[in-house]
Amino acid sequence: MNVLVTRPEAAPILASAPLPQPSRVARLRPYAANILPPLLLTLLFFLAWEALCSGPGSNLPPPSQVWAESSELILRPFYIRGGLDRGLGLHLFASLERVALGFVLAAIAGIALGLLIGTSDFAMKGLDPIFQVLRTVPPLAWLPLSLAAFREATPSAIFVIFITAIWPIIINTAVGVRNVPQDYRNVAAVIQLRGPAFFWRIVLPAAAPYIFTGLRIGIGLAWLAIIAAEMLIGGVGIGFFIWDAWNSSHLSDIFVALFYVGITGFVLDRIVSALGQLATRGTQSS
Amino acid sequence: MTAHAYLEISNLSIQFPKSPVPVLRDVTLRIDKGQYVSVIGHSGCGKSTLLNVVAGLLPATAGGVLLEGQEVNTPGPDRAVVFQNHSLLPWLTVTENVLMAVELTVGRKMSKAERLAWTLETLALVKMTHAKDKRPGEISGGMKQRVGIARALAMRPKVLLLDEPFGALDALTRAHLQDEVMRIHADLGCTVIMITHDVEEAVLLSDQIVMLTNGPNARVGEVLEVGLPRPRSRIALGADPRFLAAREAVLTFLHDRHAAPTLTAA
Repeated sequence: MNVLVTRPEAAPILASAPLPQPSRVARLRPYAANILPPLLLTLLFFLAWEALCSGPGSNLPPPSQVWAESSELILRPFYIRGGLDRGLGLHLFASLERVALGFVLAAIAGIALGLLIGTSDFAMKGLDPIFQVLRTVPPLAWLPLSLAAFREATPSAIFVIFITAIWPIIINTAVGVRNVPQDYRNVAAVIQLRGPAFFWRIVLPAAAPYIFTGLRIGIGLAWLAIIAAEMLIGGVGIGFFIWDAWNSSHLSDIFVALFYVGITGFVLDRIVSALGQLATRGTQSS
Repeated sequence: MTAHAYLEISNLSIQFPKSPVPVLRDVTLRIDKGQYVSVIGHSGCGKSTLLNVVAGLLPATAGGVLLEGQEVNTPGPDRAVVFQNHSLLPWLTVTENVLMAVELTVGRKMSKAERLAWTLETLALVKMTHAKDKRPGEISGGMKQRVGIARALAMRPKVLLLDEPFGALDALTRAHLQDEVMRIHADLGCTVIMITHDVEEAVLLSDQIVMLTNGPNARVGEVLEVGLPRPRSRIALGADPRFLAAREAVLTFLHDRHAAPTLTAA
């Protein structure tokens, strides 16, 4: 039989001086490592663009010419000079308004339908094949029908947004509901959580990360679709602005508009992503 | 037939729809109030299936489960389950996880303040008061399992069902939690069925060890009464001949007479 003969001695307490802090330069280095590469490559991109488009036979304007011709669009986004001649910011707002309306409607209908498909086998079997076919229809293909039905530009554009954004929302929501872990269902069964309460307190929070993935894909597609739709329907909006600039050969304006479109799409994506992070705190890290 | 035991599992057979043979066949157990019963057997012998049927989460193919003479075949808070992977809801805090169970079970007729008090009392029982506002993602595996136990205890179940509750924990945390469960069992006098594959754990904690033969077609091979006096101390028992004899009995059953099927085939 083993018997401990000597008790282990307590470890001596060491002096608790704080560890030396890294220098200021060393602390800034990780940030610099993240900021420098994009800055450098953007600069390179502009230089290459300038070099390629500066020749006499070039079809596209170089950045210097874009700035010279269209700096007003960048510096004064909110001017109104009557009619449709107004700042890019205002065109952008018109587009965003349509996207917001169409997307919110798509989110409401999409989540509701997704929850239905996720919970009911009948709805799943009946609706899923229809959705799988419809979701492959390109957004603009809906526009003629939509114009015929609504007889007006704005509701038609909103409908195109709606029909574009809704599919990923439906499908991701349904997948989220189907993937509620059996463990959570067992817990609910033991504490006898049923019906609507089970739905609100278990299914919805468990599916939330999937729902937000759907919303994020949806907003991206919606933004892609609005530009194309506005080119066709006219009026105000960033898509129309691009088409108008093309018709009046203001190529520089188009470059500026593209930049605005890109930044806006990026911001929209980040907003939905941040909302998702906020709403699903903790859910992913179980 | 004599009077019913507190919890009675009688001639229980379970067969899954697509399988040609039953997982468990003719399992009969009589468990008295306040007893701590362990079910032990090799992987795949249907231990967890047995527990799920008692919990009402799976239907019995033949036979059934009686609790105080009443048949049980749906899940309910009178048979609270502690799941192996804790199964806490990650979007709720520790308190909210327990509170949700309280709200829907014992706390139906309580006021809000009473429910919260009840919840905090139960959290104190498993020594988790310090982390009551944390989310499951922010606490360790052992702590999560404590909260899982608190959630089950908060329902004041007639039978506490533990499905390999310490299986996913490291050895030190496991020992610590075993001691806590022994203390809670002594304090509350609850009836416990625990699924385990750890021999020492079974002997240390149980009044009765039910040994299952290998599945499919698993049966109760042997039931060992562990007559060790309570309270038990793992350190004192380490050299106790009765402890060693009980451990050896279980080990012989598992590794000699009913060795794991893959090993005998090899």
